[in-house]
Amino acid sequence: MSWNVELRARIGELDLNVGLYGNDAPTVLVGPNGSGKTTLLRMIAGAHRPSSGQIRIGSTTVFDSDRDVDLPPEARQVGYVPQGFGLFPHLRVTDNVAFGLSVGRRRQRSADRRRAAISLLADLGCAHLAERMPFELSGGEKQRVALARALIVQPKLLLLDEPLATLDPGSRRRLRTFLAGHLKNRRGPAIVVTHDVRDAEVLGGELFALEKGRIVQRGTAEELRASPATDFVAEFFDAPQSDVRSMA
Amino acid sequence: MMQTSSGTPLLPSLLAWGSSLSLLALIVLPILALGLSSSPSELIAGVRHPLFLPALSLSARTTLTSLAIVVAAGTPLAWWLAAGPPRYTRVVELLVVLPIVIPPAVLGVAMLQTFGRRGLFGPFLEAIGVQVPFTTIAVVLAQVVVAAPFYVESAAIAFRRVDVDLVLVARTLGASPAVAFFRVAVPVASAGLLAGAALSYARSIGEFGATLLFAGNLPGTTQTMPLAIYTALEADVRAALAISLVLVGIAVVLLFVVRIGPQALSSWAPPRRGESGLEGPPS
Repeated sequence: MSWNVELRARIGELDLNVGLYGNDAPTVLVGPNGSGKTTLLRMIAGAHRPSSGQIRIGSTTVFDSDRDVDLPPEARQVGYVPQGFGLFPHLRVTDNVAFGLSVGRRRQRSADRRRAAISLLADLGCAHLAERMPFELSGGEKQRVALARALIVQPKLLLLDEPLATLDPGSRRRLRTFLAGHLKNRRGPAIVVTHDVRDAEVLGGELFALEKGRIVQRGTAEELRASPATDFVAEFFDAPQSDVRSMA
Repeated sequence: MMQTSSGTPLLPSLLAWGSSLSLLALIVLPILALGLSSSPSELIAGVRHPLFLPALSLSARTTLTSLAIVVAAGTPLAWWLAAGPPRYTRVVELLVVLPIVIPPAVLGVAMLQTFGRRGLFGPFLEAIGVQVPFTTIAVVLAQVVVAAPFYVESAAIAFRRVDVDLVLVARTLGASPAVAFFRVAVPVASAGLLAGAALSYARSIGEFGATLLFAGNLPGTTQTMPLAIYTALEADVRAALAISLVLVGIAVVLLFVVRIGPQALSSWAPPRRGESGLEGPPS
C-alpha cells in the first residue's frame, strides 16, 4: 500500500512545504529540532489543518484542499505514537490498549476487547504488563504498550514520533531491533521520526531529511551518507551517537 | 523562616516569630471562640429557632443548583480557555475572573441593573411575566456569578496540564471530540476539576453581599444561611451561632476535599507536590 503527503502550512515561525511518499517499507524522517517533523506527523494525524495540499493513505484521500476534503482524526486510520508515548495515565495497560475498541465504529464488548488487547500485548512480548498503570512502566515497556494501542485498530499508516528517544542505550538497542522486526513483519507503511543515525539504518527503507520545513534530500541511508546534500545530513551520518559509543 | 546559607536568621527572629504567631492566632482564635461560645443546650435552641431550617434548606437547594450550573457550563468554557486560540482566550479569561476582584455588593447592584425592572432586560422579563430580583432565581444567579470564576479558572489550569497528544491519540483511535474529551481530558484533569468545584462551592455557600442586594433577605425565599446569621444576630444570637457552626462544618469538609480529594482522584499518577488547587481564596 502506498501513501502520499503533499502539504503547505504556516504555524508560528515554521513555514512547512513538503512532499513525501512511501510504500509498505518504513519511511524514516530525520531533521534538526524545529524543522517541523512533529508538526508534519500531527498534520497527517489530523491535529492541524494545512493551508493547502493533499494527504492520501492507500486509496483514501484524507485531506485535499482543492476538493475540500478534511477527514477528522478518527476517520483517517492512522496510528499515532507521540513523543513520550502519550499513554492515558488514568487507565491500566489493558484499558490503554483496548481504548480503540471501546469507542467509535470499532466498539466491541468489554470482554472481547480485553481479550484482543491481552493477545496483542502477548504478541509484543508484554502480556505481563496488562494490569499495570502507565507510571509503573519503564520507557521500553511504555513504548511497546503504546505501539500495541496504536496497532489494535489496524491503522493503515503508523506515525511514530521519536519512538526510541527517551530510552536508555541498552533498551534503546533492544527496542530498535524489535521495532525494525515488527515493522518489517507488519508489512504496512509507517513514518518514523528519529534523530539517531542508527535508527535510520536499522529501520531501513526510504529516508527523508527535513530542514526548516523543506525536504532537503531523500534516499536510502547509504545514498545520503555517500553524498549528503546539506551540512545537517552530513553531520547526521558523521556524528558519533552516544549509544553507539556505549555499545562498542 | 528565611535564613542565609550559614544558618544565621535573616530577620530578627523574635520579631518574625512574634508577628507570625499573632497572624496565626488572629486566623484561628475566632473560629475556636465560635466553637467554645455555645453550650449544647444553646445549640439545640439555635437549631430549633424558626430561622434555622428554612435557611439551611434554601442554602442547600440553591448552592447545589448553582454548583450544577457552574460545572455544566464552566467545564466546556474552561476547556476552550485551555485549548482555544490564545488571542481570544486571554481576553475571555480576564472577563471570567472579574467577579473575583469586584466587590460582591457591586455585583449585586450590577445584577439589579441587568435583571431589575428598570434594568437591561427589565422590559423583556416584564413582558414575559418573569420576575428575577428578590426571588430564589436571583439567589442562584448571584451564587453562579460569584462562584463560577473559581471553578472555571481552576478547571482551565487543570485542562492546560493535559497533554494535547493524549487527546489526539484518542481521536486517532476512533474517539469523537466529545468522547475524547469525556474519556481522556476530563479524567486526566479530574483532580483540578474537583478542587475547583470545592472552592467554588465554598464561595457560593458563603455568598452574602450580592445576594442581599440582588435577592434581598426574605425568609424561605432568599434568606440563605449567611443572611440568616445577619438577621439572627439582631434577634437570637444562639441561632446565629448554630448556623455559623454548620457553615464551619461544611467549610472543614470542603477544605478536606480541596486538599485530599485531588490526591485520591489521581491515585493513578505518581505523587506530585505543591498542588493544593488553592489558586484563590474564597472571599
